[in-house]
Amino acid sequence: MASVFEYAPAPESRSVVDIAPSYGLFIDGEFTEAADGKVFKSISPSTEEVLSEVAQAGAEDVDRAVKAARKAFEKWSALPGSERAKYLFRIARIIQERSRELAVLETLDNGKPIKETRDADLPLVAAHFFYYAGWADKLEHAGFGANPRPLGVAGQVIPWNFPLLMLAWKIAPALATGNTVVLKPAETTPLSALFFADICRQAGLPKGVVNILPGYGDTGAALVAHEDVNKVAFTGSTAVGKEIARTVAGTRKKLTLELGGKGANIVFDDAPIDQAVEGIVTGIFFNQGQVCCAGSRLLVQESIQEELLDSLKRRLSTLRLGDPLDKNTDIGAINSAEQLARITALTEQGEAEGAERWSPACELPSSGYWFAPTLFTNVTQAHTIARDEIFGPVLSVLTFRTPEEAVAKANNSQYGLSAGIWTEKGSRILAVANKLRAGVVWSNTFNKFDPTSPFGGYKESGFGREGGRHGLEAYLAPSSPEGER
Amino acid sequence: MPTTAPAAHALGDVTTSDSTLRRFLHGLPGVDAVGLEARAASLGTRSIKTTAKAYAIDLAISMVDLTTLEGADTPGKVRALGAKAVHPDPTDRTTPATAAVCVYPDMVTTAKAAVAGSGVKVASVATAFPAGRAALDVKLADVRDAVSAGADEVDMVIDRGAFLAGNYMKVYDEIVAVKEACGTSARLKVIFETGELSTYDNIRRASWLGMLAGADFIKTSTGKVAVNATPANTLLMLEAVRDFRAQTGVQVGVKPAGGIRTSKDAIKFLVLVNETAGEDWLDNHWFRFGASSLLNDLLMQRQKLATGRYSGPDYVTVD
Repeated sequence: MASVFEYAPAPESRSVVDIAPSYGLFIDGEFTEAADGKVFKSISPSTEEVLSEVAQAGAEDVDRAVKAARKAFEKWSALPGSERAKYLFRIARIIQERSRELAVLETLDNGKPIKETRDADLPLVAAHFFYYAGWADKLEHAGFGANPRPLGVAGQVIPWNFPLLMLAWKIAPALATGNTVVLKPAETTPLSALFFADICRQAGLPKGVVNILPGYGDTGAALVAHEDVNKVAFTGSTAVGKEIARTVAGTRKKLTLELGGKGANIVFDDAPIDQAVEGIVTGIFFNQGQVCCAGSRLLVQESIQEELLDSLKRRLSTLRLGDPLDKNTDIGAINSAEQLARITALTEQGEAEGAERWSPACELPSSGYWFAPTLFTNVTQAHTIARDEIFGPVLSVLTFRTPEEAVAKANNSQYGLSAGIWTEKGSRILAVANKLRAGVVWSNTFNKFDPTSPFGGYKESGFGREGGRHGLEAYLAPSSPEGER
Repeated sequence: MPTTAPAAHALGDVTTSDSTLRRFLHGLPGVDAVGLEARAASLGTRSIKTTAKAYAIDLAISMVDLTTLEGADTPGKVRALGAKAVHPDPTDRTTPATAAVCVYPDMVTTAKAAVAGSGVKVASVATAFPAGRAALDVKLADVRDAVSAGADEVDMVIDRGAFLAGNYMKVYDEIVAVKEACGTSARLKVIFETGELSTYDNIRRASWLGMLAGADFIKTSTGKVAVNATPANTLLMLEAVRDFRAQTGVQVGVKPAGGIRTSKDAIKFLVLVNETAGEDWLDNHWFRFGASSLLNDLLMQRQKLATGRYSGPDYVTVD
């Protein structure tokens, strides 16, 4: 009998997903090669195995896709809302039916644990389509005028951290409101979007309503700059967001940006400690910390710092890092070599600037891109790791003494996407939440998402809201003449 | 009446008066119910397979307190239970024995004889189980009766009425008195009846109160009310024993009781132990299951692992 309770490996089967050796662009309801024949490889970050070869869209392909979307827009936008809803409901149900397959695919392509794709990503993806399907025939009651109209062709660029979920956040409200879509998935995670293209065909969605163009930054730039795109939606880094804002400035295009963050997770001395520790773990180690709203700055009241850090370190020692397809894995692989290099560089800078580094004893697999969960103490507002978004499993711990100081430090950031408050005192939750300059404030929980709840940022975290009734606004023009733009 | 338990020293004088004890218990970190239940549920999704499952099933069998607490108990039934505790699966002698048999005080002598020489302990519920609504003298007499009959372990119920009235010192003093009546020969399990304490904050306070008073084990429930052991309240008690050891150096056991019927459930509890209190508690000296119908399911799962086939209830003994 073993002396310790070792969990045997519990890998999810790969056989539920059939990945083709190559994929084309999805334009006007058909898979097609890129005009210049360019392709790139999508690899699995946990093993560096090549999963598939994917066509890379160039400017000519972008033009073709936008033209297809423009043509489809006439009929799609003229459909009664209840008809559009039928397609969206059908897509939502197909996603549910194929959720195991999509979860395994997403884990292979992205590197995040199957536990997360299965229990968080896919249920939310389906929920977003269901939610916006419900809005499609009720737009006149959404509070944006008596007869709000769609904008036209939406050019959407999404990141690699939640490939399918970000696709759902973008495509579901766009289609529900009668827009058509050209979407560029990230170059490291194009596969689930291409599977989604297949789902659109399975659902009988009219040709050209959804177009998928895998590619790199230049593909995205061409899409954003295309003169016949009416609406640009981007989720990704603040640097790219600024570039897009410059491109779009002075055009009639409507723009929403969901950019970086450096969320403050504030733990007061009367917090439920055990649950706060769980919330801190969820806040920064969910999806290896590759979450724009991650609680990457822990602000802990000085009087409980020692107790909380002891608990946190003990808890981190129980995290299981490894094969993302293992159902017991808590921490998967970093998405790309490039991202791993960035995390490594920023943590080295943290050490060089005098912060104290700690990681649990943790064996990293020999191939793939891995980074152990990491904690920095003795961090001050002046440290780079307290200011720059690391986008990895790295938590910076700062302290405060009074609620005012906590608020001041939390708000002292160029970002404003998310924050968390941990206290048993309800009045304090309300008082502090009102003072925080962040789009989302969670109390006694973290990283909870729901399609009914709007999400978006302040300051350099972007503008516009996704999700909820507010999420419709980004894809609608009011019916009044003033709304004509 | 003694009012100082050995474990209290490291925490200072928290048990010197009603007010210090109250202040201490109410100063414990709060429990966020949503977060606690979410954590328990997420640990419940751990996938336990093959070798880990075989290990977990044997471990769970060795942690069972095989229990009969019915008005209709007879010596014959207790002897049968004892025999089963020693050899849970007569067809496979590699099956570990259970930790204990648990009976009413008047059955302790019979139970002792039934498990003699096997290492299986005899536990007895005393202190006017399950309601605990009797004078302290009566409760202590109940305990002495069980201990003098040879009980290795005493399962006491706390006075929930006094606890809910905020009369913590009364509860504390009773536990201390019972602990003294157990002497050095019997380990004391303190049952809170968590279903009646109603809030998680109360369960955490009761856990600390029990440990301060010298409990060797803290136990969720009697199995006689609607809500018994749950993953969430057991997780909470595991956090309490973990924190108590960190502060005092004293290790206390945990026993969820009632409502755990399947191997799958039992394994979820072992995952809670493993990832909350740690491997020091993965032993029947520190963790028990108060569940009798659980044993047969564990045995059937064990047979399935050994043979590859699922046998069915006629291949394990009825009590």
